[in-house]
Amino acid sequence: MKRLIAHSALALCLSPLAVHAGSAHPQAERNYDTYCVQCHGVHRNGKGINAAHMSVQPRDHTDSKAMSDVPDDEMFKAIKEGGLAVNKSILMPVWGKVLSDAEIHELVAYLRETCKCGK
Amino acid sequence: MRHFLSALLLLSATAFAADGSQLLQQQCAQCHALSAPPQTSIDRLWSRKGPDLYYAGDKFQRNWLVAWLQAPVRIRPGGEFYRHHLKDGADGDAIDETTLTPHVKLDKDSAVAVADALLALHTPAPVESGAYKGAAVSATMGAMFFGKLRGCAACHQDAPGKGGMSGPELYTASSRLNADYVYSYIKHPQAFDAHVWMPDAGLGESDLQRLTGYLMQLKSGAKP
Repeated sequence: MKRLIAHSALALCLSPLAVHAGSAHPQAERNYDTYCVQCHGVHRNGKGINAAHMSVQPRDHTDSKAMSDVPDDEMFKAIKEGGLAVNKSILMPVWGKVLSDAEIHELVAYLRETCKCGK
Repeated sequence: MRHFLSALLLLSATAFAADGSQLLQQQCAQCHALSAPPQTSIDRLWSRKGPDLYYAGDKFQRNWLVAWLQAPVRIRPGGEFYRHHLKDGADGDAIDETTLTPHVKLDKDSAVAVADALLALHTPAPVESGAYKGAAVSATMGAMFFGKLRGCAACHQDAPGKGGMSGPELYTASSRLNADYVYSYIKHPQAFDAHVWMPDAGLGESDLQRLTGYLMQLKSGAKP
């Protein structure tokens, strides 16, 4: 049994799913991994698989300084209503019809955790 | 004699259909949902191995299906589900090709049988029949809306190597997909799966017609 647990833990560590394991917001982390990683990247640094072809680069969520300039309500609005709603790029889509307000609020908290910056 | 021939014909057709259905179960059901799931979830997205096919009859064109099943080429650059196929690249995330497996290839008779069985799969849901009106779209304007103005190119390619990789390529959409399906999916992807990673952009009717028309006018592999 111990060996099984050790193997499972090892597999979890090696898995790309576990890059940001240990979040205080596991559901938001799951949503990020499902919806945001395609552009913002596995490492949350704005270098997702879609980023290379984009005219405007996705935000680097690990950039403490840049992220600390964005208030929570603006971040919420950008996720819910898309980039245009906060005078940013159309390439940031509208997620308000996929995620609930509660899920978006939790994503904002998760982004604060990711950037290690409060607001 | 005529009755006998009719009965024979009916019997052959039934046997043919049964073969296609059997092949579907044997060859396809392991990776694709052939009937609507009782409920969708993010966990289901992460665990499924291929796109849902329970509305294939509303989605695909027969000629494309028959040809593709005999010589499948990848439609989703990032695989299904894209998140399972990422690795660190030179400058950000990259597709880990070693984790992508080739699609099953069928002989011609099997491809025809499977295509016909797939085309018999429909759901009461969400394709709006007759929604796409078929008006001609300026290729230049269509490309501009697909790229800069509506952001579809963030995730989809309208020419090989041009656009994002987390969604299916769309430069073969005109031979692969039904126009009403394209319209309906762009309009409300969550009607097909409440958790799918394509967002509902809330596009108006003129955008839906323009983008559907643009994609349906694209010749496979042509530069837009």
